[in-house]
Amino acid sequence: MLSLTHFLVLAGILFAISVLGIFLNRKNLIILLMAIELMLLAVNYNFIAFSHYLSDTAGQIFVFFILTVAAAESAIGLAILVVLFRKLDTINVEDLGSLKG
Amino acid sequence: MSFQAVVFYVLSLILIVAAFRVVTAKNPVHAALYLVLAFFTASGHWLLLQAEFLAIALVLVYVGAVMVLFLFVVMMLDINIEKLREGFWQHFPLAGTVALVMVAEMVLILSSPEANLAGFQAGPAVAADASNVRELGRQLYTVYLLPFEAAAVVLLVAMVAAIGITMRKRADSKYINPAEQVRVRRNDRVRMVQVQAVKPEADSASDINEQQA
Repeated sequence: MLSLTHFLVLAGILFAISVLGIFLNRKNLIILLMAIELMLLAVNYNFIAFSHYLSDTAGQIFVFFILTVAAAESAIGLAILVVLFRKLDTINVEDLGSLKG
Repeated sequence: MSFQAVVFYVLSLILIVAAFRVVTAKNPVHAALYLVLAFFTASGHWLLLQAEFLAIALVLVYVGAVMVLFLFVVMMLDINIEKLREGFWQHFPLAGTVALVMVAEMVLILSSPEANLAGFQAGPAVAADASNVRELGRQLYTVYLLPFEAAAVVLLVAMVAAIGITMRKRADSKYINPAEQVRVRRNDRVRMVQVQAVKPEADSASDINEQQA
């Protein structure tokens, strides 16, 4: 029988894989954005699993708002990426040092 | 093993493999396609958890809109992958260790008796004709009305910002400036010229007629 632990562990594995992806793809901005999307998916798993096992729809409402914000985030992130590529001809994070931060 | 457990494990396997391929794929287009697979599989899991509306919304909004946006951008950019892949596996031992430690910690915490997660049992089965969409809609438009409107504003701001960031002036585009149009006075456009009215001579008029013929 499926229990809450199954889904929470699955979400944990998914989150760890996205952390691994952020480690590995330090230079590639577009894969970094995809890893962030995976992280948000892992978080949504937790909300929906708890919502099901507590019989409370508040968790699903929260996931709805997370999806909204994630869509806005990826739209603006990709817009910045396109402008960056137009100006600098690169999406390599190491080349983005003009602010000397 | 019940049918639901079989579905859960098969989908989990697909999800984990797809997620791993997202972060390790060489070609960003492949990564985006594996991300589509991951979202699709996740939507299957959410159906298992009886979150029907969100499962469908995930497919429609994420697979249908956001991932297509990703694919557009990936294909639009001409990226030198080889340079970005330099030293890709160099940090894998460290990164893999960190990820494994994270998973181990979470499994230990979640499976310990103190966490008492076994106490969470799924509630009574919902009726076959119960509507998840109706329930979510009722809550969204009553209890969560203000956050719902705020989410709409967030989406509008994101849309305007995305267009504003990427818009550029093209040298060959033609447009009118309303401010300049309004400022125009009559004297800028019309010049009154005094022309002496002259009656053409008879023979010169016949010359013109001959030339036209």
